[in-house]
Amino acid sequence: MTISVSQKPTSLWSVLRNAHLSVVFSCLTLFIILLFALFGPMVLGLGNDINPLSRLKPPSSEHFFGTDSVGREIFVRTISGSRNSVVVGVSVAVLTLILGGALGLFAGYFRLADKILMRIADGLMAIPGILFAIALVSLLGGGFLTVIIAITIPEIPRTARLMRSVVLTIRELPFVSASVAVGSSTPKILLQHIIPNVVGALTVQGTFVCASAILSEAALSFLGVGIPPDIPSWGNVMGSGRRFFQIAPWVILFPGALLSLMVLSVNILGDHLRDHLDPRLTKRRAS
Amino acid sequence: MLKFVLERSLSVIPVMLTVLFVVFIIVHIGPGDPAALMAGPNANGEQIEAIRQKLNLDKPLMEQFWIYFSDVIRFDLGRSVFSDRPVSWLILQRVEPTLVLAITTTLLSVLIAVPAGVIAAWRAGSFVDRALSAASVAGFSIPIFVVGYALVQVFSINLRWFPVQGYKPLSEGIWACLHSIFLPSIALALLFSALVAKIARASMLEVLAEDYIRTARAKGASEMRVLGVHSLKNIGVPVVTVIGTSFAALISGVVITESVFNIPGMGRLTVDAVLNRDYPVVQGVMLVFAGVLIGVNLIVDLSYALFDPRVRQ
Repeated sequence: MTISVSQKPTSLWSVLRNAHLSVVFSCLTLFIILLFALFGPMVLGLGNDINPLSRLKPPSSEHFFGTDSVGREIFVRTISGSRNSVVVGVSVAVLTLILGGALGLFAGYFRLADKILMRIADGLMAIPGILFAIALVSLLGGGFLTVIIAITIPEIPRTARLMRSVVLTIRELPFVSASVAVGSSTPKILLQHIIPNVVGALTVQGTFVCASAILSEAALSFLGVGIPPDIPSWGNVMGSGRRFFQIAPWVILFPGALLSLMVLSVNILGDHLRDHLDPRLTKRRAS
Repeated sequence: MLKFVLERSLSVIPVMLTVLFVVFIIVHIGPGDPAALMAGPNANGEQIEAIRQKLNLDKPLMEQFWIYFSDVIRFDLGRSVFSDRPVSWLILQRVEPTLVLAITTTLLSVLIAVPAGVIAAWRAGSFVDRALSAASVAGFSIPIFVVGYALVQVFSINLRWFPVQGYKPLSEGIWACLHSIFLPSIALALLFSALVAKIARASMLEVLAEDYIRTARAKGASEMRVLGVHSLKNIGVPVVTVIGTSFAALISGVVITESVFNIPGMGRLTVDAVLNRDYPVVQGVMLVFAGVLIGVNLIVDLSYALFDPRVRQ
């Protein structure tokens, strides 16, 4: 069974109609960025063409967002760079939810595994995430897949912890004891009773992991240890503008603005989802 | 009390051991030969072999871990492959800017976040509350390097109030140092105070619903007194806790901020070491940061026992 969060049935339309302006704005922003990510590289290319004659040109009708120190179009690189952030954000979130969720479920339901897994989680959480990711990338060798792995590993313990704490509360509820009493097998209890009740909390966590992963990728690429420069990413475009910031701020400004907008939208959606999906919060607010 | 302190202190050991093992094993999980990786693409077989022997990479894994473990226990973090200096020496050279940045950021964050959280909770649901919560979401979302460059553009390039980049050590005078570190601290504090303000607001809301607040109001205490004296004391513990638990986020922020503002701290040391494939230095910095993090959280937990008698039992 699942704990019902709200009584009235919710259709997509009623959700949209009652949605806060900020939520509509976030959905719209994310939709546009998704379009950029899907079609940008196809329509505009990657913007890798070096053009020494138009170096560090300010934004104009010819160069929408200006050019960088080797004459690459910031507009093209910013639009096409969306793809990186979208793919990294979504894949890290999905991977973290699967791995962290499975470990948390395991730790929450099987007491023996709990002690060992949580000690390991404590240890991993003691290493600052960005440092851990930097070290992992440099060891595994730069590249797209490595960046995803390196950002995922430090994210796993927190998600596992959250999953564990939710499972710990659910497993004490009467319907789980009842299911144990009538002789259901452990896999059946996990699948039918535990997992449906953690989906809400996990979805919310997923949005926050996604936002944090987008920021981490940008930070890694900005520092020069993330996505290699021949694939434009908001982080590495900004990183390439670091040394010329005082004379060409637009190299950092435009990708930075789009990056901030995207993370902001994901966080707003996450907050909104949490208010609607997390039964624990609903209960607390009701009391 | 003593039992609590002892138990909590001993619980640090397994965490430390896990960190040590993770930091040790991280060099060995890569697909290639770590010695060849560190030697760089232009090294010949002899140079690779030299690095392998120097870092004991030719020995069995368990023996390597044992050597690493016994070295770290004696505060020997090895030598840099790149400059051949002791890692602990390199780190000590870079501690000051990082420490100053972390402390000023924490102080600024508390100064921004606690009043903001208190006011937001006091006028919960009002325009001020919503504006502050929007600012806090923005604080989480806007990356530190975007905030940093925006601040530099406005306050250093346009207004010329602060230096664009760089750090003046404490030996050049405390004001010169604070002046050079002010913008980086503000940039980082905007992010960090978003975390703290969220907790300050939530705990303030709980405190304001308590009976003793009603009593204080009933006996005629002014709102200033209710907020400043009766309530503020009681949000101390959650605020200190969130500072402890988000210390990892602070350190991650410090690493990036140092690159934006060109501050020669431990974060720069790590990034430079990674770019040079100087793994002993990377490992050393990770261990030191993790150690500080574990230490801070231990102190936070122990300070509960001091402030809150319920924890001791």
